[in-house]
Amino acid sequence: MIKIDGVDFDIRDNETILEIALRNGIEIPQLCYHPDLEVKANCRICVVEIKGRNDLVTACSTKAVEGMEILTKSDKIARARKINLELIFAQHKEECDDCVWKYDCQLLRLAKKYEVKINRFKDRKSNLPKYIFGKTIDFDSSKCIDCRNCVEMCHKQGVDFLELEEKGNLTSIVPSTNPKKDCVYCGQCITHCPVGAFEGVGEFEDIEKPLMDKEKIVVAQFAPSIRSSLGEEFDLLPGEVVTGKIVAALRKLGFNYVFDTSVGADFTTTEESKEIIERIKENKNLPIMTSCCPAWVKFIEFYFPEFIPNLTTAKSPQIMLGGLIKTYWAKEMKIDPKNVVVVSIMPCVSKKYEIEREEIKSPSPRSGGGLSPLTKGEQDFVKPVDFVLTTRELARLIMKNKIDFKNLPDENLDSAFGEPSGAGVIYGASGGVMESAFRTTYEKLSGEKLSKVEFEMVRGMEGMKKAEVKIGNETKKIAVINGLGNAKKFLGELKNDNYTCIEVMACPGGCIGGGGQPLPSFPYHRQKRAEGLYGIDRKLVNRKAHENPIVKKIYEEFLDKDEEVRRAVLHTSYKKKEKEGN
Amino acid sequence: MDIIAKLKEMKMVGRSGSTYPTGDKWETVKNAKSRKKYVVCNASEGEPGTHKDHYILKNYPDKVIEGMKVALETIEGSTGIIYIKSEFLKEFGEKLKKLIGNLPIVLFEKKGGYLGGEETVICEVIEGKRAEPRTKPPYPCEQGIEGFPTLINNVETFYVIAKIVDGSYRDERFYTISGEVENGGVYEFPCEWTIKKVLEEIEGIPKKDFFVQAGGGAAGEILLANELDKKIEGIGTIIVYEKEKTEAKKLMEKLIDFFLKENCDKCVPCREGAIRIKELLENNNMDKEIWDDLFFSLENTSFCYLGKSIPRAIRGLKEKILDDKN
Repeated sequence: MIKIDGVDFDIRDNETILEIALRNGIEIPQLCYHPDLEVKANCRICVVEIKGRNDLVTACSTKAVEGMEILTKSDKIARARKINLELIFAQHKEECDDCVWKYDCQLLRLAKKYEVKINRFKDRKSNLPKYIFGKTIDFDSSKCIDCRNCVEMCHKQGVDFLELEEKGNLTSIVPSTNPKKDCVYCGQCITHCPVGAFEGVGEFEDIEKPLMDKEKIVVAQFAPSIRSSLGEEFDLLPGEVVTGKIVAALRKLGFNYVFDTSVGADFTTTEESKEIIERIKENKNLPIMTSCCPAWVKFIEFYFPEFIPNLTTAKSPQIMLGGLIKTYWAKEMKIDPKNVVVVSIMPCVSKKYEIEREEIKSPSPRSGGGLSPLTKGEQDFVKPVDFVLTTRELARLIMKNKIDFKNLPDENLDSAFGEPSGAGVIYGASGGVMESAFRTTYEKLSGEKLSKVEFEMVRGMEGMKKAEVKIGNETKKIAVINGLGNAKKFLGELKNDNYTCIEVMACPGGCIGGGGQPLPSFPYHRQKRAEGLYGIDRKLVNRKAHENPIVKKIYEEFLDKDEEVRRAVLHTSYKKKEKEGN
Repeated sequence: MDIIAKLKEMKMVGRSGSTYPTGDKWETVKNAKSRKKYVVCNASEGEPGTHKDHYILKNYPDKVIEGMKVALETIEGSTGIIYIKSEFLKEFGEKLKKLIGNLPIVLFEKKGGYLGGEETVICEVIEGKRAEPRTKPPYPCEQGIEGFPTLINNVETFYVIAKIVDGSYRDERFYTISGEVENGGVYEFPCEWTIKKVLEEIEGIPKKDFFVQAGGGAAGEILLANELDKKIEGIGTIIVYEKEKTEAKKLMEKLIDFFLKENCDKCVPCREGAIRIKELLENNNMDKEIWDDLFFSLENTSFCYLGKSIPRAIRGLKEKILDDKN
């Protein structure tokens, strides 16, 4: 038992004062604390008093000891927090209008609570540079409060692109100039920065761009994982499914057509499954590795190019669906694909990077002509997707347009691409891609129907999940990894292990913990968002990609008619990457 | 001899300036259940104004190794490390190696500046990490290098241990006296002596009005001539300043520059507080409220001893010398 502000609380194994407080809903403010990270105790905001001790202690780093009596409120505590906040404010250039934390800024909330004079000291960082990593992530070092969460997270991701630099008497956080280190755009620096020093490029100044050209037909697609996270931006609970509201909001914003990237995921699953079966038969380039996460792809291309042949060449869901919109659908609609703007709403900043990749471009029907014959040099190639907005950016766009999101009546998707299977929806959680792929691969390889479609062993938030799947007489080893640091470790130990299939997502928990998701993005939020997706899958009749009627239809009518078209629209390639510069 | 019982009975405290009970430390490491343990002799001597570790290593290195040997014997399964600053390694390395002979003791060159002597920093550095302090607890005697129980004692502490064991210990400690004083140097005098008594003994009481910084050239406190009837708190140094000709503000600037250079920039109060103190001095801003707030935050919320000690001398100079003159 310990006493906090006069009330008794039990101590569970090895808990800190802060953990007990958080568990019991007692407010102790903190900035550098993040449940994903080690306790660093750098910001010194969570200071509390312990009876019998003269100095203040940080609640985050102090283990609760039987009999401890703790005060979380006193004049002394308030004074310390106020001064330290004033010192922090003097490191942080305020640009509140354009901040990823705008609606939930801890600094501002604390400033009010502790009557902080935010300009008591002169802003010492106002002239510090802004860095841009590969046109994808912005790091405004004039906002950085040196808590080092980003450096730790970047290290935890096995990337080590952000580092500490000592210049004169000061240590600051900078992107590495080492040619062997590069950003992979996972965006975990964004989700772990307490003060919004990191953001996606264009966040939020460019969010209206996709809808500016009134001449164009603007088509939206939205990722599996945002349906259980976007609600958080509008005071709904994490995990609350808002698919119908997303469709309605996108239409209200002026998008002409709204499709679901989960349908794209069903195509990805179908192609990936074919590739798995082929490679198993040929015993070639195994284990096959998923490639729908562009941060993971860049991680391989830059840090582990020897594994490039292992990546599946199947394009990611947004790129497949974008490609189908600009080929199959444009043809059906008799629209010149050049007049179509495809906008993806993604939980991710590396998706902004992915759409700029040369290798993912799709063939475009020449004016008046069909897609075939598809001869090199004669064919125009277009970007399958023109813009990516993150979950946060869509939320901001909805707010800016004063749409009452919470009370929007649900609307249905446009029918051209039907509805996704449950497999397509669970793509958003770690293990979802593997589960989808094996729902299909199992049935194709064994010729039997799955009696139970759930592959529970690959679900959950654990960073590295290893499992075995029995198909016929053979047992296949599979691994599901989230967090690039875990992937790095896994690759290092891979050598003599005969895995068949490996899923990797760069972000903790998969896309539900992506760099474009609403903040805060703690384990609790990720857990709930994943539960939301599995809940959708559970209720659907169609839970397998290859049984999705729209998938069957488009293969029959379009993709299976010309092998070259199928390859061009649905497959891509990878190459060893040099540092892309800041 | 049961050295731990003896240390406890004597109420012996460490000689690094932190005054932690030595017997308790030894007992914790001895009783810890662990397959590996370390005994570290801290020979990093980074506090400005002290030269006693140098003096001991020069004159009594055998005693230091003796003391470590006692620790290695008392703490089963332990390995010894002498964490030593570069200059000392150059000067005494060979001699120490000879004295070590077959004992399980290695020399490890210190990294980092002032902070490199803090005991959790020592553990980090030996593990090959950045010279930054760790959260305490766990203390190194519980989980030190690589998480193993680690006994870290100062050079002088091991010297004293050896003397206790051979019966020659006389309840004395080392004093380094420097500054505007006659007969400065390193002396071994009774622990009980006041600063005044020490200065009198060496016939070093200046003729003109003076003040001292006692207990470390960075972390020590400022004491006026009429405040010397007390023992030194911290490490045994006395730096003497002639009051008339010493510019308090310059001295404050020198101190804050030292802390700015030597701190690790990890925590808010120490990193930002030091920057703002420097700024206040540059702008000649003596606003009491701001100064008090910065001192308050440094003393009460800094991560480690370095930050907590920043106000000690600077506040003394400001309040006892600078404000007094103005």
